[in-house]
Amino acid sequence: MSDEIVLIVNGKLHTVQAAPDTPLLYVLRNELRLMGPHFGCGEEKCGACMVMVGAKAIQSCKLPVSEVGKSRITTLEGLIEEGELHPVQRAFLDEQAAQCGYCLNGMIITTAALLWKTPHPSDKQIREALDGNLCRCGSHLRIMRAVKRAEVLLSEEAG
Amino acid sequence: MATPNQDSNSWRGPRTGRPGSGRREAAWGEVSDRLDDWIAIEKDGTVTAFSGKVELGTGVRTALAQIVAEELEVPLERVRMVMGDTARTPDEGYTAGSMTISGSGTALRNASAEARYAMLVMAAEQLGVTLDELMVRDGVIVVARRPERSVTYADLMGGKAFNLQVTNKVPLKSPGDYRIVGNSTPREDLPRKVSGRPGFIHDLKVPGMLHARLVRPPNPAAKLISVDEGSVKDIPGIVKVFQRGNFIGVVTEREEQAIQAAKQLKVQWQDAVAYPRMEDLFTALRNQPTEDSVLVDKGDFKEALANAAKQFHSTYYQPFHAHASIGPSCAVADVKGDQVTVWASTPGPYPLSGALAQLLNLPVENIHLIFMEGAGSYGQNGADDVAADAVILSQAVGKPVRVQWTRQDEFIWEPKSPAMVMEVYGGLDSKGNVVAWDYHVWSPSHVARARLAGQLVTGQLLSGQPAPQSRFSFGAERNAPTNYAFPVQRVTVHYLRDSLLRASSFRSLGGAENTFANESFIDELAAAAGVDALEYRLRYLAEPREREVLETAAKKVNWKSHPAPRKDSSPLVEGRGVAFARYENDQALVACIAEVQVDRESGVVRVKRIVVAHDCGLIINPDGVKNQIEGNVIQSLSRALKEEYKFNETRVTSIDWETYPILTFSEVPDVEIVLINRPDQPAVGAGEPATVTTAAAVANAIFDATGARIRQLPFTPERIKAALSEQQDH
Repeated sequence: MSDEIVLIVNGKLHTVQAAPDTPLLYVLRNELRLMGPHFGCGEEKCGACMVMVGAKAIQSCKLPVSEVGKSRITTLEGLIEEGELHPVQRAFLDEQAAQCGYCLNGMIITTAALLWKTPHPSDKQIREALDGNLCRCGSHLRIMRAVKRAEVLLSEEAG
Repeated sequence: MATPNQDSNSWRGPRTGRPGSGRREAAWGEVSDRLDDWIAIEKDGTVTAFSGKVELGTGVRTALAQIVAEELEVPLERVRMVMGDTARTPDEGYTAGSMTISGSGTALRNASAEARYAMLVMAAEQLGVTLDELMVRDGVIVVARRPERSVTYADLMGGKAFNLQVTNKVPLKSPGDYRIVGNSTPREDLPRKVSGRPGFIHDLKVPGMLHARLVRPPNPAAKLISVDEGSVKDIPGIVKVFQRGNFIGVVTEREEQAIQAAKQLKVQWQDAVAYPRMEDLFTALRNQPTEDSVLVDKGDFKEALANAAKQFHSTYYQPFHAHASIGPSCAVADVKGDQVTVWASTPGPYPLSGALAQLLNLPVENIHLIFMEGAGSYGQNGADDVAADAVILSQAVGKPVRVQWTRQDEFIWEPKSPAMVMEVYGGLDSKGNVVAWDYHVWSPSHVARARLAGQLVTGQLLSGQPAPQSRFSFGAERNAPTNYAFPVQRVTVHYLRDSLLRASSFRSLGGAENTFANESFIDELAAAAGVDALEYRLRYLAEPREREVLETAAKKVNWKSHPAPRKDSSPLVEGRGVAFARYENDQALVACIAEVQVDRESGVVRVKRIVVAHDCGLIINPDGVKNQIEGNVIQSLSRALKEEYKFNETRVTSIDWETYPILTFSEVPDVEIVLINRPDQPAVGAGEPATVTTAAAVANAIFDATGARIRQLPFTPERIKAALSEQQDH
C-alpha cells in the first residue's frame, strides 16, 4: 500500500515511502522531519499546518500527499535562505509576535503568501487574510504589527 | 486607610480541609534551600539555573533568566534555564496562579545573590583582599582599585558544587542598580519558533518510537461492550490494539496508520446519560447541597438592606468554557520494565509523576518526567491525561510511544472552566451611596489537578470508576470579595460538590466570573444613583495604587464623566464601560475600559477599543508584561463575546472550531496598555490579572450604549436582542 512518492520541498527533490492518501503534514513532519508545520485540528480550520504550495498558503493536514504532484512546497524552514531569516520571520521576531508560538507557522506562512500577492495590504486585507488562522493566546495585535513590519522590510529589500 | 479585605484577613484564614488562599495551592511543594538545587556554574562560565516551574508560552523562561543574570552579574546570554525535570530541578508544584515570578523568581533571585556572595568571599580569600575592595562585572570578580587582579566565576566554581544553603540573608542588588531586569529582553525561544526548529512536545522523536491514537467512549458514562480487532486487520503497521476497561488505544508504526486505525476500529458502547440538560444547567448547579464559607461579614446586612432607600438584586451566569489549546495534547513515554521516562507538557511535573506512579503501581522514584513545551494551556488542558495514555500504551508494547489527542478528544475530555452562578443584593441610601452589599457565588472547585491516578481520564477509563471526590474545593473564592470599602457587606461562597462536567483550572479560576458579577453590579448601582461609573468606584477606593490605576485608564481614554446609559436611540449606538479589580485582592491591579458599538437590530456587539492600566509592582520585562496583558484581554474578550461549551445529555456538541468558535482577527479590537512600574513594590504575576476585568467592562459599555443590562456570558447577538427587548418591556 506504500508508494514511492517524489516531492519538491524547500527546493529539493525528496523520495518518500507513504500510502498515497497520507496527508502531506505527516510526510513533512515524520518522513522529512520538518517540524515547522504543526497539527492543530486536522480539519483545515485553524491554519497551524500551513505550507506554501507555489506562492499560495494552504493547509497540509488533509491534503493527500499523492495530490501534491510537482508543486513546489515551501515550509517555514524553507523560508530561510543561506542561514538568513526571511523578512517575514524577522518581522515576527522584531515584534515579539507570539506567546506559545504554536500557531506561528501558519501566521508566518499566511503573511508571506499575502505579501507576495499584495505587497501593501490594507488593515482589512490583513485581518481577512489571517481570519483562517486561529490564535488562542491572543497575540493577534502583535501578529498584525509584524505583518506591517514585514511589508516595510520586504519593500526595503526590493529596493 | 485599609480596605475591608486588608483590615480583615478572615476570608483567607484556614478552613477545615480547604486551603485558605491561592498562594498555597500552586506553591504546594516545600521549596528547597540547597543552593546547588538552583544554580550551577559550569566550567565554561555558563550559569545553569534550575526552576521547577515550566514555560507555558508566557515567556517566563526569559524573565527568570533575566533575574538570575541580574543578581549574579553575568551577561544574560550566559544563563541557561533548565525547567520542570524531576531528575534535575527542584519541586515547585504547579506552574499556576501567575506565581512563577513571585515564587521561582524570588527563589532564584535569593539563590543567585547567595552564589554571588559565596564567590565574592572565595575571591577575597584568594586575592588577599577584603570583600568591600571587590566588584563584579560579567562574571569576573576584580579588585576595584587594581583591576589587573581578578578571578572569574568559572575559575572559582566551574563544575563544582557550592554545598551551601540559601540563607536568604545575603544582600540583594538594589532595583535602582538593575541593568537587565526591567528591560524588554527578546524571548529566547522565538528564534527557534519562527524558524520551525523542533522544541514542542509534538516534535519529539525518540529512537524506536511508535505512534498511538485513542478510541474514546462517546462520553464518560458509556461502557464498553465489544472491540472488533479484525476491523483494522487490513491496516499495515498495527503493533497493538490495546483495551483494558473502557480504555482503548491503537499503537502503530506510523502516525497516519494510528489515525486510520482509530477511525476504523469497530467498537460497541453502551450509551448512558452523562451530562445535565443545557437548559437546566444553572438550576441543576444551584439545587445541589452547598458547603458555605462567609469570606467577609461586616455590619448587619439584613438591617442595612431593610433600611435602604432603594434595594437591588441581580443574578449573573457563567457557562462552561474550554481551554481550547490550539495544539491538542501530546506526550511521549518510554516504559522499560519498572523504569519510566515521560516527556509531557504538564504544568506540574512532580505532582503528575506521583499520579503516574500510582497508575503504574511503581515507586515515584522510578518515574522521570521531563517537561517539554506544548501549545498554550492557560490552566489544565489534556496534557496530564495524555501523559498517562502514553505510559499505559508504552507499557503495553514495551517500546516508546507517542500519543497525540485529536481536536475532538481535546474538546470533549479536557477539563473545563466550571459553570457558575453569581447573585448580588445591594441597597442605596437616598443620596445614592451603597449602604449594603451582599454577594453570593455558587461554584464547584476550580481546581482538580491530577495528583491521583483516578483524577486522570486514563485512570477513570481503566478502572471504570469516576474521579474520586476531591478533598477540598478551591478557586470560587478568588475575587469574590471586592476591594471597595462598603460600610456593610457580606460575601458568601456556596461551594458545590459536583461540577456536572469535568472541570479544572482556567486562567484566574473564579476571578473572572466574580469580577464580572461584582463590576457589573457596582455599575448597576452607579446608574441607579445617577452617578458616573468611574466616579462611583473611586468613592469606595482609598488606597493610592487602586485609585491611580483607575485614574490612569480614565486619562488615557479622556473619560468624560456622565451617568450611564447615554440616551441615544439610533440603530447603531456606542458606549464606554469601565471595570476595576485587584487580582486576589492583594496582587496586581487592573483597570479596563472598553468602547463598544452595538447594532440594535442585529444584536451584534463590536468591541472597538480596550484600554488597560496595569500595576504589577516591579516590572521584570515590560514587553513580556504587555504581551501577557494583550493575551489576557483578547482571550477573555473571546470568552465574553463568543464562547459557550455546549452538550446534550449524552454528547458534547462543542467538538471543533465551528461548534466552539473563538475570536478571529477581524473581531479583535485595538488594545492599548499603560504600565505602572513600581520598583519599590514586590514583582507580582501578570499572567492572569487582566483576564478578570474584560467581560464586565464590555457589559458595562453595552449598558452605556443601549441601557440594556446583560448578565449572562457570552454576549451573543441573541442575548443582546433579548436584553434590548426586555428593556423596552419595562
